[in-house]
Amino acid sequence: MNMDALLLSLRLALCVSVILLAGGLPLAYSLAYSNWRGKFLLEAVVALPLVLPPTVLGFYVLLAMGPRGPLGKLWQMFFGHGLAFTFEGLVLASVLYSLPFAVQPLIASFESVDRKLLDASSVLGAGRLRTFWRVILPLSVPGVVTALVLSFAHTMGEFGVVLMVGGNLAGVTRTVSIDIYDHVQSLEYAEANRMAFVLLAFSFAVLSVVYGVNRQVGRQIGRRLWTAWTAK
Amino acid sequence: MLTVDAKLERFRAGSPPFRLDISIAVPPGITILFGPSGAGKSTVLDCIAGLARPDAGRIAAGGEVLFDSKAHVNGPPQTRGVAYVFQTLALFPHMNAAENVSYGLDRLPDQERTARVEEILGAFRVDKLRTRKPSEISGGERQRIALARSLVTQPRVLLLDEPLTGLQAELKAAIIEDLRAWNAARRIPILYVTHTREEVDALGERVIAMDHGRVVSEGTPIEVLEAPRRKWLAQAAGFENLLSGTVVDLREADGVMRVRLDDSRCEIEVPLGYAAVGHRVRVAIRAGDILLATSAPQGLSARNVIEGQIVAMETRGTLVRARVNCGVEFIVHLTPGATRTLELAGGRQVWLVLKTHSCHLVEQ
Repeated sequence: MNMDALLLSLRLALCVSVILLAGGLPLAYSLAYSNWRGKFLLEAVVALPLVLPPTVLGFYVLLAMGPRGPLGKLWQMFFGHGLAFTFEGLVLASVLYSLPFAVQPLIASFESVDRKLLDASSVLGAGRLRTFWRVILPLSVPGVVTALVLSFAHTMGEFGVVLMVGGNLAGVTRTVSIDIYDHVQSLEYAEANRMAFVLLAFSFAVLSVVYGVNRQVGRQIGRRLWTAWTAK
Repeated sequence: MLTVDAKLERFRAGSPPFRLDISIAVPPGITILFGPSGAGKSTVLDCIAGLARPDAGRIAAGGEVLFDSKAHVNGPPQTRGVAYVFQTLALFPHMNAAENVSYGLDRLPDQERTARVEEILGAFRVDKLRTRKPSEISGGERQRIALARSLVTQPRVLLLDEPLTGLQAELKAAIIEDLRAWNAARRIPILYVTHTREEVDALGERVIAMDHGRVVSEGTPIEVLEAPRRKWLAQAAGFENLLSGTVVDLREADGVMRVRLDDSRCEIEVPLGYAAVGHRVRVAIRAGDILLATSAPQGLSARNVIEGQIVAMETRGTLVRARVNCGVEFIVHLTPGATRTLELAGGRQVWLVLKTHSCHLVEQ
């Protein structure tokens, strides 16, 4: 079994979920709470990876990362090497590809926080940042967990974008899904099956654990809100 | 002192625009903002707190200007020093009582913050609940904690948006007592929004009545509620008889005018109001202000004696409610004793006696 490919996929998924959480929080906040005119455009951009074939997204990301693309040039300037067919390039492409899976659950949970709580917070002297940390985020734990899990799982399973942007370099960009594809192409079904089964079992285990935890947390918060609401 | 001059217009899809245009002054102590739902009471509070922005006007509290459209002053809610208790209370569900109360004190050193929280939890008698979450305590306790959370920040002004709705009268009175006691030394203006008559009676120092975004009446509860100028105010103030009619005669020298009630030949004398002959008016009369006689009364000072017939009698506890048909139907309240002595029953011929000054003119 190719442990390198598995570890690479795990490393990639971890990096992507952490970056997506850090970037997704402010993005989801502005989409959930602001009301500027062009907001629908940003919403459309965020949702785009849901409908685009991975090859289309991968193709344009590859162009942007290429030696003559804007991202590629910028990267070359700062780090002295190109971005395409590197792990960093793979991370960047995966972040874009999994963006809606992180941002949508965050928006949904931010929007479900009672606006009066935000009013109460600001009347009590808290600015937006403090309101976010002390009120919105603690009440959005289920959304945060969902965002993390979905972006992690989605990155673990991606294929098209990796193939377009990363190619197939052992230890650098050859992820589990590419490795499985390789084995199938070479008619090594036993190898492919071992890898595929590990991925299947791992994904199922992670999702079960996290959804289990999430449901408890979600229920607990849901119950608290419900009691407060019904007792008014 | 809190002064509010605010104009605001809100366009709503499918209904006429809402216009707010008020100018009020709120002295230290409790002032009630009274009016039907949709009158704009909560909007006034939102403007004071900075959660809504008036189109024009000026809002000042304790010598500080919170909003001034001409001077382009519009302080954000977090710097206004205005405490606001919402109808839903908006306690943070994930924090316990002490955490909720200390939320507004983050700039204080730990020791002082703890001391302030303990003091106010004690003042509102909820010190035993400090580690409980809002979902684990009763409605009245939640209201006390919401009050404590707002007042611990030592605000310039306190705004209360129907915070005691749904509580029993005794519980309400106890909380109000604690609030009064707390405010006795501090004397900040408290603006208390309600749409129920009982709360006006329980709290009443000063009342400002609002309708359709405007102040319609201002004064003591008696001044505002005993001579209602609007239909909803009459209903809210417990005037059981609201009769429509037409002015038929003005007697300015006597300070009265005669009104013929609709669908009847019945004419009554009411105090002179802003009306001319032919104008349509509405007259409000309390069921308890009407006298009932079983023979035509003589030698009375009351100017309105109307003959009619009892349609039905209904006993409600210690009160008997009689419906009397005089061409128009009147509701009259009697005691069970009077009902027995006069042998009143359905079908009996009676005379109703109304003092001129028990008849109040109400705007349509």
